Amino acid sequence: MGSEQADRMNETAKRATLKTDAVIIGAGPIGLFAVFELGLVDIKAHLIDVLDKPGGQCAELYPEKPIYDIPGIAVINGQELVDRLLAQIKPFAPTFHLGERVDGLTRTKDGGFRLTTELGTEIEAKVVVIAAGGGAFEPKRPPVPGLEAYEGKSVFYSVRKPDAFRGKNIVIVGGGDSALDWTLNLVPVAKRVTLLHRRDQFRAAPASVNKMHGLVAEGKMNFMLGQLHALEGEGGKLARVLARRGDNSTFAIEADALLPFFGLTMKLGPVARWGLNLHEERIPVDTEKFQSSAPGIFAIGDISHYPGKLKLILSGFHEAALMAQAAHAIVHPGKKLVFQYTTTSTSLHKKLGVA
Amino acid sequence: MPKITYIDHGGSARTVEAAVGSTVMENAIKNSVPGIVAECGGACSCATCHVHVDEAWKEKVGPPSAMEEDMLDFAFDVSPNSRLSCQIKMTDALDGLIVRTPERQG
Repeated sequence: MGSEQADRMNETAKRATLKTDAVIIGAGPIGLFAVFELGLVDIKAHLIDVLDKPGGQCAELYPEKPIYDIPGIAVINGQELVDRLLAQIKPFAPTFHLGERVDGLTRTKDGGFRLTTELGTEIEAKVVVIAAGGGAFEPKRPPVPGLEAYEGKSVFYSVRKPDAFRGKNIVIVGGGDSALDWTLNLVPVAKRVTLLHRRDQFRAAPASVNKMHGLVAEGKMNFMLGQLHALEGEGGKLARVLARRGDNSTFAIEADALLPFFGLTMKLGPVARWGLNLHEERIPVDTEKFQSSAPGIFAIGDISHYPGKLKLILSGFHEAALMAQAAHAIVHPGKKLVFQYTTTSTSLHKKLGVA
Repeated sequence: MPKITYIDHGGSARTVEAAVGSTVMENAIKNSVPGIVAECGGACSCATCHVHVDEAWKEKVGPPSAMEEDMLDFAFDVSPNSRLSCQIKMTDALDGLIVRTPERQG
């Protein structure tokens, strides 16, 4: 099968709308625990997260940092907590859509919701749970003047189609795995790749760094020490990247494209466009249902706001439990919800696979 | 208590008292000192609490750890005096410390 045909088939597959009970936006600790609480009341869930792994900030920012305020656990690091939550929700077999950012959220005729991601995934659900924490992680934008004009034209934060860089002069900035991996991948495609980094040491895997040095020795690419300083060009078309050395002298690199890799930052993102009431970039909710200004759309964890709100993981767990009770009334209307304990309920034991 | 002076990009200085053992970042947040974002809350994971340590204090404050140096790759306008303020713990020896916050934390 030609790759174009495969692409087309993938796109068709993606266009088929998925259906589920609940979509959880954000696969951080609170989104993960929401799967558990929803599962106990027979609500199936899909999770969408912009990161390529579950865990949110715990996995991205604090994988090896200790957390001391999870009830009953004196100390646990971020990644361990994520791993344990994943084990806990396993009986409910949630569907993960990782590496995708939700762009659109609209109401369907039957009162449910249709969510679309930037990659074209479309999911219909009866309720939406926004557990997006501090917002979506997105690439950090280097603070160089006039950057906006070049973004999407000559400045890119990710590479979708390496072939778009064929025959071009590319400057890649950074010293981590993203910078080094794309340097190695684009050297065979581009006219010239220049890696710009502030020091001669790298966070990236040593094997990648060695390969890069090898390519420099073979004359196949350039490595330059310096920091990104300014851009020169016209109408979004980049001509030169200006960099500054440690002694404050500057130099120019001919460039058609710039790929800066400065890590990630959190931004509220598309949530702001969904017509929800917001309070200082957070979603006001009631403290009975944790529902937003739009019925059927819930907000839990750091992104929710109510009087006395604390941005603690333990608060988010509580919010998830109450949200699930309210979501049950929407997903299973008319069905009586009997309060049960996981310790003693035989029906919950069946759901958890421990019967 | 030891004091810290933060000088912003425009040259305005703010001096605050800092408990021994607290970090330079924590004292900035506690006193609403602008120019320090501290997005990750002090886990050495984001490089948004970047400061330039005053030349006179550079030696006493010391160099960044290897992990901090890696994280400084995500900061902008990094200088030989650059540190992440969440990684500088106050001691009596640092009484009078002067740090400069960058134009933007990125």
